[in-house]
Amino acid sequence: MSDIVEESVTHKVPVEDFATDWDHTDPQWVNDPYPIWEDLRERCPVAHTDRYGGGWFPTTHEMVSSIANDTEHFTSRMVVVVHNKYPPNFIPAPIGGAPPITSDPPFHAIARRVILPAFAPGPVNALEPQIRALCNKHLDQMVGHEFVDGGTDYAQYIPPGVIATMLGFPSEDEEIFRDIVHLVLDLIDLPSEVRGPLFEPMSEYFTKQIDDHIENPRDDLTSYLLNVEVGGKKLDRQHVAGTMVLVLVAGIDTTWSAIGSAIWHLARHPDDLARLVNEPDLLPVAVEEFLRFYAPVTMARLVAEDHEFFGCPMKKDDWVLLGFPAANRDPKAFENADRFIIDRAANRHAAFGLGIHRCVGSNLARLELRVAIEEFIKRFPKFELADSEGVTWAPGQVRGPRHLPLRILS
Amino acid sequence: MKVRIDPEICQGQGRCFSIAPGIFDFDDLGNGVVIGDGTLTSDSIEQARLAQLNCPEHAIFIEE
Repeated sequence: MSDIVEESVTHKVPVEDFATDWDHTDPQWVNDPYPIWEDLRERCPVAHTDRYGGGWFPTTHEMVSSIANDTEHFTSRMVVVVHNKYPPNFIPAPIGGAPPITSDPPFHAIARRVILPAFAPGPVNALEPQIRALCNKHLDQMVGHEFVDGGTDYAQYIPPGVIATMLGFPSEDEEIFRDIVHLVLDLIDLPSEVRGPLFEPMSEYFTKQIDDHIENPRDDLTSYLLNVEVGGKKLDRQHVAGTMVLVLVAGIDTTWSAIGSAIWHLARHPDDLARLVNEPDLLPVAVEEFLRFYAPVTMARLVAEDHEFFGCPMKKDDWVLLGFPAANRDPKAFENADRFIIDRAANRHAAFGLGIHRCVGSNLARLELRVAIEEFIKRFPKFELADSEGVTWAPGQVRGPRHLPLRILS
Repeated sequence: MKVRIDPEICQGQGRCFSIAPGIFDFDDLGNGVVIGDGTLTSDSIEQARLAQLNCPEHAIFIEE
């Protein structure tokens, strides 16, 4: 896979002006998108690109909120910007390929209701001891080393372990999960004829898991999805597989990125680190500011029909990159928006989206982020970046550090 | 003073019952609900306001 990626990166035309030619896989955006967004917010505030078949990038909280709440003019049929808006296996609105994230009303509410109970605070909070044990298993292996990687030694392991348990997939398949996530979310700039076939092993993997659960039903989300009835009928297999893809993809890279970004922040801000070590009760408040300031997830929509949006002539099937992280830095929506304030009291951040597509896993993500940071700073109350040049960032719509070289201080 | 959540606006962001668990709870779907009739005391009003200031959907209303 890496050869293909390399080739697509080598052939890329660098962006000169993000206002007219934005590309969220451009190295400048990947490394530090915030100054770009700030500039666009002041200058545009809706940027445009002809890349990916054409699309828009609104940068204010008002616009992002308005799009998230307007399911009539913006469809969720595809939520990841890629070159082909009608892939070969495409499932039309209102269902889409990974319900409910790809679904529009009225089907959306049905598909969402199916999975909401599994992610409500009750069942999610019951996972806390297991998440804590998972964090400590990996921390145990890091102890005694002066140099560790907060990404590859720690953050990347937490969400896959939790999601594997929820779905009832073998935990030794973690590497496969990360490959799937990489394919869906990172390899977005590949030509569709190259990208398409890469999905075959993923489909095979899900087929195998579904078959196994049909033969050996057990108490997990996969068996639940296979047996749950809506209006007296079981979900069709395509729906079950789509929701499993959603849980796996949306549940891994996102929280992994949030954990990594929080550790990255603490490595660079010893005052904030010391404050959290000394005031552990502040952590839930700090978690919300981590989520606001380093919101990992940008979603996408397709324009459902031609219309004008804040003066922009939007055409059917144009992409809209729905920048919740950019909305979270809008000075019109947040006081001192460009400052990380660890005890920020009023924090209406949009890290989990707004409107009917609010992240179904938000309770789980918060829990994982809180416990992962709590355990990390308990074990390592002092650490710093070992090599700022060595920090690498995931490209595309989910932002977080992949390599995060740290020096543990005594 | 009374607090209420508009169920049409609430999307289950989960801020209210985390910030003010004495005032708000969650239902089986994870949406916020007000405990009891939502009457606020001089002790609880500040917590209710804080929850309101943290609701991304603006679904919490405090009324005389």
